[in-house]
Amino acid sequence: MSRIGVFVCHCGENISATVNCQKVAETASGYEGVVHSVDYKYMCSDPGQTLIKQAIKDKNLTGVVVAACSPRMHEPTFRKACNEGGLNPFMCEMANLREHCSWVHDKGDLTTEKAIDVVRTQVEKVKRNQPLTDIKVPVTKTALVIGGGIAGIQTSLDIANCGHKVILIEKDPSIGGHMSQLSETFPTLDCSQCILTPRMVEVAQHPNITLYTYAELESLDGFIGNFTAKIRKKAKSIDEKLCTGCGLCTTKCPTKKIPSEFNEGLGFRPAVYVPFPQAVPNIPVIDRINCTYYIKGKCKVCEKVCPTKAIVFDQEDEIIEVAVGAIVVATGFGIKQPDFFPEYGYGKYPDVITGMQFERLASASGPTFGEIKRPSDGQVPKKIVFIACAGSRDEAKGIPYCSKICCMYTAKHAMLYQHKVHGGESTVFYMDIRAAGKNYEEFVRRAIEEDTVKYVRGRVSRVYEKNGKLIVKGVDTLLGAMPVEIEADMVVLATAGVANPGAEELAQKLHISYDGYKFFAESHPKLKPIETNTGGIMVAGACQSIRDIPESVSMASGAAVKVACLFSQNELTREPLIAVVNRCAAPLYSTCVGCFLCQSACPYQAIEREEIKDRSGKLIKSIAKVNPGLCQGCGTCVAFCRSRSIDIQGYTHDQVYNEVMALLNEY
Amino acid sequence: MSEFEPKVVAFVCNWCTYAGADLTGTSRIKYATNVRIVRFPCTGRIDYMLLMKSFAEGVDGIIVSGCHPNDCHYTSGNFQARRRWIVFRNLCDFMGIDIRRIQFSWVSAAEGAKWADVVNTTVTTIRELGPYTDYKKVANYFEKEVSHG
Repeated sequence: MSRIGVFVCHCGENISATVNCQKVAETASGYEGVVHSVDYKYMCSDPGQTLIKQAIKDKNLTGVVVAACSPRMHEPTFRKACNEGGLNPFMCEMANLREHCSWVHDKGDLTTEKAIDVVRTQVEKVKRNQPLTDIKVPVTKTALVIGGGIAGIQTSLDIANCGHKVILIEKDPSIGGHMSQLSETFPTLDCSQCILTPRMVEVAQHPNITLYTYAELESLDGFIGNFTAKIRKKAKSIDEKLCTGCGLCTTKCPTKKIPSEFNEGLGFRPAVYVPFPQAVPNIPVIDRINCTYYIKGKCKVCEKVCPTKAIVFDQEDEIIEVAVGAIVVATGFGIKQPDFFPEYGYGKYPDVITGMQFERLASASGPTFGEIKRPSDGQVPKKIVFIACAGSRDEAKGIPYCSKICCMYTAKHAMLYQHKVHGGESTVFYMDIRAAGKNYEEFVRRAIEEDTVKYVRGRVSRVYEKNGKLIVKGVDTLLGAMPVEIEADMVVLATAGVANPGAEELAQKLHISYDGYKFFAESHPKLKPIETNTGGIMVAGACQSIRDIPESVSMASGAAVKVACLFSQNELTREPLIAVVNRCAAPLYSTCVGCFLCQSACPYQAIEREEIKDRSGKLIKSIAKVNPGLCQGCGTCVAFCRSRSIDIQGYTHDQVYNEVMALLNEY
Repeated sequence: MSEFEPKVVAFVCNWCTYAGADLTGTSRIKYATNVRIVRFPCTGRIDYMLLMKSFAEGVDGIIVSGCHPNDCHYTSGNFQARRRWIVFRNLCDFMGIDIRRIQFSWVSAAEGAKWADVVNTTVTTIRELGPYTDYKKVANYFEKEVSHG
């Protein structure tokens, strides 16, 4: 006979403001099998949990229903409390009265009725729960880090310094990411490469880090602690073991006029190239799309000049299979490209550039060696206009969010321009200045007050060319929407940061969630900002939402700690919510008839064939058997089974059926 | 007589729609009280006999919702659910069950507002269609037939 305890939480006023918690508890006390039913202000608090533990002991409860928030929030808390109270943790269920009831409905009888219904279903479910024990699984203490930008670098170094092995993969020929492209960083104006390149070298030399550049994730299988990742190492056409990085091939390559990705199209690179001089590893890559040999079948100049015979034209992509226990995704962000701003003439006028292109112009390693020169004629611009929020906070453009970093880098750009071009005039058009961060507001004030950058609050409607000048038409909303027209030599757009183009595909490979903008979704917006919904996979940096460098670095270190915590255990426990095939006494052995439809339904190849033999070894019956190590508990096999022989623990036919029936009998 | 309040049951997966409905709550977006959510690990787990049984027991409308195609936490459970839904839909039609009463949808963990929308539209549709008693009558009839031998 079941002895169920119901515990209704007020959640301060979060639930009790719209649901009559007392009535819920009173009604529940009348249900068959319910021997204890109370309401309390904060069930998750220490006294609240003690209430549950005490009731389990005093009333000898066989099942507990906690009517509170979402099980995705506090199920582990209450299951742990039950365990401490002497009850199997899987004999506890939660009725979601907060997220699914009190927060989404107005105060009234209907809301309380719904709450009562939800509690009743869980009472019926928990009566049919079975005590279960966690499954122990081993942990592979190697982490896979995807993306070699500053977040990926930081997280790799931190994990490696904890003494664990790290495999870092980067899709480009060098690690460094967007940070390596930056000239100087806000709010200190220290040189980006000077602080980044030592870290890059550290990654390359760290004994615990294996670095694969020009490599992407091909596929991922497995689960927390036990992933198998396939990495596609794209053919560099260079033997990495033989190459010394002398750079002769890059200087002798006859195809020299390919727009450089690193310089955002403002400079050129050869077909065999190292993205930038400080690249790690310092090994060139042949760009097969632009290389004369791959197009016309002859040239091979690089092969002739290479002193170590490292050029391998017929090199093929290599698939590397690695076993890892945890994954950190740090793939960063992308930037909106030309066709996005027809009204600003981007792509039409060469002197309308993006913020990232300005970074390259201002960078000492850039195409102009740090001098601010117009891309069109190489002249130094006397008047420059910066347009903030180019794309961001613009629902019409499909980007209603704030890109967060633009206010700061625009102030930095204007400041750098004023430092580099004496007597130059810079104007910033902005919507709001969002400079929340340590020393950020002070930095913007410095740009305005010390470096005399003119800030105009208003939007720009159009940029067009007239007599060799770029006319910027805007409005000054602080002067009563007065129209403003500026003749500029150059215009810089603070373009919106967006998710990487491949983000969706990668999320699908990893089975992690992503939001409407294709940024990866965290498990909880406040309390689990680093974990994803998939156990063992963390996110770091701008792939989760646009972040600046300090935030990316802190998030990366956070992700490293999460990985280190995971690796500090020799065994992990997994929820035993997996499928099982029923077994019974001879002569039936199981109701399974061996049709193996479940095998075709299983996405994890977890269904095996079990042969039941008699004493003489004669085969009596072949039935399905679930491999508990592979089963992830989706339950697709359960819905497929024709004879109802397979069931999933925690969501059995019996539990679910009675849950629904309890709902409908009185609903 | 008070206005007809439809009974709507939602069968949802744990990873996308349940989490999406959580987000609706966290974002304090209001929706109709008529819906009751039943959690499954995956839409692939949902046994469509439960839908039939729900109609027999007097439910007026049903929502089935999981992860968007390709986004399934378990790789392909939602595809299996969709495949089965396509077959099941024809069967329902054949048996005379009004398929307008079953709303099949995808709601991701980030689509809190969409969940409220799905619930509200379904409830409105069902309210217009009125109470569903046809199948209930049939089910009762068969039960009596069987019990009378």
